[in-house]
Amino acid sequence: MQPIEPKVSGMVPAIQIKGIRDSLLISLGEGEWSELQNILLCQIDEQSSFFRGARLALDVGNTVLHAVEMSALRDKLSDREVSLWAVLSNSPTTEKTAQMLGLATRLPSSRPERSSRPVENDLPGEQAIMVRKTLRSGVKISYPGHVIVFGDVNPGAEIVAGGNVLVWGRLRGVVHAGAEGDEKAVVAALAIAPTQLRIAGIAALSEGSIAKQQPEIAHVLDGQVIIEPWVYKEGGR
Amino acid sequence: MTAKVITITSGKGGVGKTTTTANLAVALANGGGKVVCIDGDIGLRNLDVVLGLENRIVYDIVDAVEGRCRVRQAMIRDKRLSELYLIPAAQTRDKTAISPSDMVRLCNELRPDFDWILIDSPAGIERGFRNAIAPADLVLVVTNPEVSAVRDADRIIGLIEAEEKGPARLIINRINPALIKRGDMLASEDVLELLAVELLGIVPEDESVIVSTNRGQPVALDSKSRAGMAFQNIARRLNGESVPLMSLEDKDGFFNKLSKMLRSGGE
Repeated sequence: MQPIEPKVSGMVPAIQIKGIRDSLLISLGEGEWSELQNILLCQIDEQSSFFRGARLALDVGNTVLHAVEMSALRDKLSDREVSLWAVLSNSPTTEKTAQMLGLATRLPSSRPERSSRPVENDLPGEQAIMVRKTLRSGVKISYPGHVIVFGDVNPGAEIVAGGNVLVWGRLRGVVHAGAEGDEKAVVAALAIAPTQLRIAGIAALSEGSIAKQQPEIAHVLDGQVIIEPWVYKEGGR
Repeated sequence: MTAKVITITSGKGGVGKTTTTANLAVALANGGGKVVCIDGDIGLRNLDVVLGLENRIVYDIVDAVEGRCRVRQAMIRDKRLSELYLIPAAQTRDKTAISPSDMVRLCNELRPDFDWILIDSPAGIERGFRNAIAPADLVLVVTNPEVSAVRDADRIIGLIEAEEKGPARLIINRINPALIKRGDMLASEDVLELLAVELLGIVPEDESVIVSTNRGQPVALDSKSRAGMAFQNIARRLNGESVPLMSLEDKDGFFNKLSKMLRSGGE
């Protein structure tokens, strides 16, 4: 049993920012997490036009972060239109948390053959996050791009996506696709009985429990949200 | 001897955390284990009442943490079972009187002398809950077959995972087979499908629980009580025995189905 050592205070934690390829790497100093987070967010708010739309990799050093803190930070960053895609850490706990939230924990190695590959050869794609766990009550995910969940979305959980929402599991929480007004956004899940489903500005309430265990897709047709069984079509939808 | 620390929690109040803690403690001690239970509900203590030990309290957990007494002095020995002890909560303080690291320290001090340390968590997701799960090796989530209790259990299970104390195990308390048969109560399958955690036991609704709680005589000591039997079975499962779920009504297909589910790991 050791007494807990008081945190070193009086030391001003510094943050370092550098550009690495297509994203920013921010290194946080040592210190109280709430303080570090405040410094980071203040910095971003001060230069909001510089940070807007940036992809962020965060080096937190030895700081131990749990899912609550990390997802709170990701939400706060995404409110500022900054997307967190990687968390680098010396702590195995923090690394595990990051992996659980679907974040990278290593920067891609700068192998010459990768960096020299012409951009045209990259597959066209859009920004999305993949969440590899069941979202339980009280969890909220907001993301400007698409959201993919590999697990269930339970009642009391909430997803707000700028794009589409795809749930490889049962969807029973609150979901809002096309949150920035895109009526072409869709919500698809292996079974759909959401507490509330919104696409752009149009809302639909669910009729109740998941009766049929079949994949369904929700989209807007003539100003109404329609939920219908997903049928395979050649060439996709 | 290194004790296993088990925290009993639920999110929602009134689902039977304290009753479960008291009965598991009694059942584990009755089975030969050395047990100490800690009331984590500072300011609203009642584990002492359920165990019938209220009038013996001299020192409490806050006294022990703040150094006004030794931990041993705050431990009350049960009047029926010589290997069962209670560390009561303080009634005149609140949850902020102790911290998660105090709980870890306290449990580490107790671990060498016991087989089981049971912590009765307060309702809610704030400081009291965080204190209670900080030292836990295993977290038991108690719920009732009601939508509101299940919703809170889901939230709590998420928080337990985030604190890296998972996977939690589930006890469904106050099941009423007649109501389920009529379709007026959530069936355990529905609860399990949503929560997706391993089921440790189901406890039937039983009036004798109310009587025994009022008398301070835990129902697990009563061999005629169905709920008491259920708690004894849960204690045996904690000891590593494989005990099938008891069938509450012989011809009830529902409970047979459920016991199959338990054997297959609650899936």
